[in-house]
Amino acid sequence: MIVNGKEIVLQKEISVMDFLKKEGYDVTKVAVEKNGDIIPKKNFEAEMLSDIDKIEIVSFVGGG
Amino acid sequence: MMHTILKDVRPTRDEYESLMAARHTPEVHEKLKEGKVAIAGLGGLGSNISVMLARIGVGKLLLVDFDVVELSNLNRQHYDLTHLGMLKTDALKAQLNKINPFIETEICALKVSEENLMTVFNDYPIVCEAFDNPQYKAMLVNALLEQGDKKIVAASGMAGFDSANNIRTKQRFKNLYVCGDFKTPVQEGAGLMAPRVEVCAAHQANMVLRLLLNIKKA
Repeated sequence: MIVNGKEIVLQKEISVMDFLKKEGYDVTKVAVEKNGDIIPKKNFEAEMLSDIDKIEIVSFVGGG
Repeated sequence: MMHTILKDVRPTRDEYESLMAARHTPEVHEKLKEGKVAIAGLGGLGSNISVMLARIGVGKLLLVDFDVVELSNLNRQHYDLTHLGMLKTDALKAQLNKINPFIETEICALKVSEENLMTVFNDYPIVCEAFDNPQYKAMLVNALLEQGDKKIVAASGMAGFDSANNIRTKQRFKNLYVCGDFKTPVQEGAGLMAPRVEVCAAHQANMVLRLLLNIKKA
């Protein structure tokens, strides 16, 4: 799987939610695109990621 | 030829626009005049973005913020002592009107939520995310991308006084551009200060300008 342009080997399919948690992201501060489409936040638990997927994760930090 | 600059005489729309067209070229001027851009959050980023977009003659701006101007805002936000206690929407609209009275500015003094955001931003194909709180940034970006087909120019990471050269514009998703250093949150020893906040605001304003000219590359 390609995550933010870097290759990551997935042993088995994993939900977006579990992947974000495993990688240490705060899910309240992210937006995720999979294969060019936004993944709605309500689908984070159900949406599965596999090795052929390409995902982009944007994580926001505070300040403005 | 010598130009006499008369004090306190307002230019006509034609004078203002012909000077702007001469500066920007007529083609660019016309495209910007047709532009409609929403600015969500009128703090350090949003107030400065709005001023830049008004200066270059973007035809219609929507200014969104529910808050009032406080003393602690003046280290980076485009307000002054006369604005303390005013709604930011009102304070900014008054300033924009003095800079460029020939653009339209709509204001909305509401707290943006997932429920009201498609109504608030409905008429605007480009939205600048200029909130402070990272959860609100994510909420706005997710809801706009899920519910609509708008271009979003967001910001992440501009606190402190690290090198200004680390602030960049990146296209992260098809419809999402993010400006900032992408890593420095507001924290002890790295508060928000005018220079980096304004560098980031200028990145956002420049990306908006490029999008209005149909340039999609960051």
